Amino acid sequence: MLLFGVRRLLQSLPTVLAAALTVFVLFSVIPGSIATSMFDDGRGMDAEVMERIRKELRLDDPVHVRFANYVGKLAVLDLGVSFRSREPVAQLLAKRLWPTFQLVVAAMAFAIAIGVPLGFVAAMRPGGVIDAISMFGAVSGLSIAAFWFGLLMMYLFALKLGWFPTFGYGGWNNLVLPAVTLGVAPLALLARTTRAAVLDVVNADFVRTARSKGMSETRVVRWHVLRNVAVIVLTTLGLQFGALMGQAVVVEKLFSWPGVGSLLVDSVFQRDIPAVQGCILLIVLFFLVVNTLVDIAAALIDPRIKYG
Amino acid sequence: MRVGTNTVIGGTLFAIAILVGILAPWIAHTDPVMDANLMLAEEPPGREFWFGTDAQGRDIYSRVVHGARISLTVGVVAQLLNSMIGTALGLSAGYFGGWWDDFVTGLTNLMLAIPSLIFALAIMAILGPGLTSLLVALGLTNWSFTCRLARASALSLKSQGYVQASRVLGYGDIRIMITQILPNMLGPLIVIATLGMGGTILAEAALSFLGLGVRPPYPSWGSMLSEARDQITTAPWLSVFPGLAIFLTVLGLNLLGDGLRDILDPQSRSRRA
Repeated sequence: MLLFGVRRLLQSLPTVLAAALTVFVLFSVIPGSIATSMFDDGRGMDAEVMERIRKELRLDDPVHVRFANYVGKLAVLDLGVSFRSREPVAQLLAKRLWPTFQLVVAAMAFAIAIGVPLGFVAAMRPGGVIDAISMFGAVSGLSIAAFWFGLLMMYLFALKLGWFPTFGYGGWNNLVLPAVTLGVAPLALLARTTRAAVLDVVNADFVRTARSKGMSETRVVRWHVLRNVAVIVLTTLGLQFGALMGQAVVVEKLFSWPGVGSLLVDSVFQRDIPAVQGCILLIVLFFLVVNTLVDIAAALIDPRIKYG
Repeated sequence: MRVGTNTVIGGTLFAIAILVGILAPWIAHTDPVMDANLMLAEEPPGREFWFGTDAQGRDIYSRVVHGARISLTVGVVAQLLNSMIGTALGLSAGYFGGWWDDFVTGLTNLMLAIPSLIFALAIMAILGPGLTSLLVALGLTNWSFTCRLARASALSLKSQGYVQASRVLGYGDIRIMITQILPNMLGPLIVIATLGMGGTILAEAALSFLGLGVRPPYPSWGSMLSEARDQITTAPWLSVFPGLAIFLTVLGLNLLGDGLRDILDPQSRSRRA
């Protein structure tokens, strides 16, 4: 199993390298040079200082040499130094990782806890009232702009009712509004996916066979339906993780949550290129690790998925 | 072919949004940018100002109506770009196979690993805010699902008899792809494009909300919400109407996409609401 996980992670290595190349190329074609972007905040640009920076950052080297240097540094987790705070980017990211992790896990937990049972209930009586209402709710959840939903929740639950703080980072009550805001789209998607998966599985031949053998309904659901549905739901979660990370950027900004997403947005505005590159790479890595974990979990649940 | 409720409701909502965008100069009460009047700042919704006014005294209704133009333009144009890129790459990869297929598959996996909103954010960081930047950023970053679908369809369609027959007749590769394979995969591609357009409108709103989209004072639904956030305590209605406009338009597109899928793939009807 460990070997399977390591192999899956190694298979992701080309994607990580390609992402590093994309991020590098993207910011190598930036209008003006990196050296000028360091001074975009209106401070005067001394030609001598510019020249020194160009030399320090080795900006006059050919692009392929710079990329080789960049990858070499990445291998030892050296993501460069932030143009603004002068702190190593790896250190900046390390500080922001935990809040983002908390937010994403809480949002996922909320989405799974409500979305999966909702999909199950809807699938029990397809075409019924509960099915219609929950599926309309699900399509609405997929259509709502997360930050608008967050704003409305902020107004109602923080400003009017005073149940939760409007924004900021701290205890669990700070986490509720951002997590629910971020979790609403995956909740909607999970409800739809679970419903579709349950409907597919309950009509499958192996479920009919299990029932005809006289297996109790509880065992049919636990051994045949749940396991098959879990694999589909897990895979959906893994693939949607990227979209969730994208939305996390907006939600973090809305609730002033000090995570990787808000660091990314701030760095974009400050044209802090090393920080932007670091954030994007971390998010890609996060996505790949989550999908590897999903693959391992799927292989554990479904014996048809081979470890090899 | 039975046109379902989803298609009718979704199509109607989207048609209304398009009509509002087209007729904006005629149905708006005031100029969305120029007609500011501080004496009328933060008026709540009423008979004179249906959706209220903002901190500069501009009519929110007129700004929402004009905002439809920007949001829908970005949604339609960016999604067209995505569909064209995804279809061209996926169709050619599935048809030719070999190293090109490997390259496109790798590229698609990469695009799936970098969240499209994050990728768009990085492009906006380079190009700077503005409508053109938005179109480029959102039009180049969300084609991976279209590409996967087009590739899978091309793989199965290229061995069909009519494709073989056209090859025997001496058709070139490009002609076979465009006249024989593409028309037969259009249905699912249209569904993906419809659903994708909703996603693009949400992404535009998100980027504008972050301050990277259309620059104020020009109204886009996302940037209006960005301005509204600061006044949520004094004028909460500012947050309601632009968000509702986004919600109803995207809901229309999602219902339309689901409805079209039910029509094109009747087997899927039982699996979804």
